[in-house]
Amino acid sequence: MGDAAIEVQGLTKSFGDVRALDGIDLRAPAGTILGLLGPNGAGKTTAVRILTTLLPPDGGSAHVAGLDVVRDAAALRAQIGLAGQYAAVDENLTGFENLEMVGRLYHLGMRPARERSRELLERFSLTDAADRLAKTYSGGMRRRLDLAAALVARPPVLFLDEPTTGLDPRSRLQLWETIEARVAAGTTVLLTTQYLDEADRLADHIAVIDHGQVIAEGTSDELKSRVGGERLEVTLQSYDQEPAAIEALAPLADERPKCEHGILVMPLARERGGIAEAVRRLDGAQVRISDIAVRRPTLDDVFIVLTGHAAEHEKKGQEEEQREEEAA
Amino acid sequence: MSALAYAIGDTAVVAKRNLLRIPRQPDLWVSFTIQPLMFVLLFVYVFGGAISTPGYDDYTDFLMPGIIAQTMAFGGFVTAIGLSDDLSKGLIDRFRSLPMARSAVLAGRTFADVATNIVSLTVMVVVGLLVGFNFSSSAPEVVAGFALLLLFGYAFSWVFAYVALISGSAEGANALGFMVIFPLTFASSAFVPPESMPPAIEAFSNANPFSTVVDATRALFLGTPAGNDVWAAVAWCVGLIAVFGALSVHKYRRAVSS
Repeated sequence: MGDAAIEVQGLTKSFGDVRALDGIDLRAPAGTILGLLGPNGAGKTTAVRILTTLLPPDGGSAHVAGLDVVRDAAALRAQIGLAGQYAAVDENLTGFENLEMVGRLYHLGMRPARERSRELLERFSLTDAADRLAKTYSGGMRRRLDLAAALVARPPVLFLDEPTTGLDPRSRLQLWETIEARVAAGTTVLLTTQYLDEADRLADHIAVIDHGQVIAEGTSDELKSRVGGERLEVTLQSYDQEPAAIEALAPLADERPKCEHGILVMPLARERGGIAEAVRRLDGAQVRISDIAVRRPTLDDVFIVLTGHAAEHEKKGQEEEQREEEAA
Repeated sequence: MSALAYAIGDTAVVAKRNLLRIPRQPDLWVSFTIQPLMFVLLFVYVFGGAISTPGYDDYTDFLMPGIIAQTMAFGGFVTAIGLSDDLSKGLIDRFRSLPMARSAVLAGRTFADVATNIVSLTVMVVVGLLVGFNFSSSAPEVVAGFALLLLFGYAFSWVFAYVALISGSAEGANALGFMVIFPLTFASSAFVPPESMPPAIEAFSNANPFSTVVDATRALFLGTPAGNDVWAAVAWCVGLIAVFGALSVHKYRRAVSS
């Protein structure tokens, strides 16, 4: 398996007629973050469930920490930590009791389990809430407790299934920092997310999944370069001037500028003068603008180009309990 | 450590978890204290006068062993609801991703039910004595009766564990549980003598393991002739635990939250 902490080849899984995974390949070298990016129902959660031994694959092979997810399932469970899409903590136990229980079930022994629990509560700023029932915690606190539970046994490989879905921006940032610290310490992470900025910030390598297939992969920069270079975006003050603006800027690009709802978008070729030349030409044609900017492609653009639909439209349904797919 | 030692240790950890939860869920107490109490009062004071039980001093003596057995069987609902909750909240996923014994989540769960059943049993015996029930056998027989009832409750916890695992939601488990338990408890010798029932139902009642356990408990509490009832009751309980234990663990390995 080389030094890959996660190695997946031709993995398939169907639920009835639905092909949740249609032969995916994934690879994460030790000490890196692999981001699995895709809309709801793309197969992300199914992949995580197979890699954490919760679900048997139909075909293909998958190794985590050098162990086969089917044949070595029992040994593999000692090497992984899992934090779910919704915080899997026992609401009727305190934060400390939750972590202690998980530590004991990893067979750390009573005293090490307790010491480790206190240490993690401290690190996740939960010391004050340690002896409160988890049902009194806020969403962010539960997520932190859930992540702490996944870290109790210091597993070399961590699976985080949409760890920040439904979190406020501050809690998200805290969680990101924690994940980065774990990776700096040598942990390998497989992260699923539908947030493009999350994958952009955290993942060393990104696999974009749709309909159970990896449709693109690479670093965030590599993916962005696939959708082309910089673009110029001009916001007009008046819709009436759309034709004038198009005429003025057409010579700056090979492609004719597109204009919709008073916003003109075109590829930007620096050798033809870039943004400065565009401003001069618009001024010369007496087109009044309220904004002009150079846009670099985001992962959102990547997503739209690759899948033909935006990741954003899924965001409405981000209730905490929502599951990515129904596992039959 | 051996696999068995791990399994026992893991079961103890899960049992501790479930025991810690009991005092924190006051809504559950209703089901294993107030509900059975209501049943006793209803049957003794509302239906009791209309039910004739030849061979018994009064209806209370006839009723109490049956209603306590019913309460023990109902105790399994704590397992059904707890497991359904764990499934829907993703806790079972967490447990299944841990390097723990596959049987421990269920064994720890059902084991904790024994504690709630001891509380129910205590409440029922006190209430029984207050409404005029008389133990008319020897102390060892009474203790054996308590042990049999707890064993029966434990067996039903496994039945309910399976019910929870196949129903997928707390509501489903609740509905399926009632469908199983009402015919079993009422078409039995628990509340009325089977001789008073139509022949088909009387036959069902006589074959019903619930009747066997109730008859055995009556024998142990009242000193009525037992025949083979006590051993048959123990055999039924052990059989239920073996069958539903195996079915449940098998189902748990494949359990998926939906």
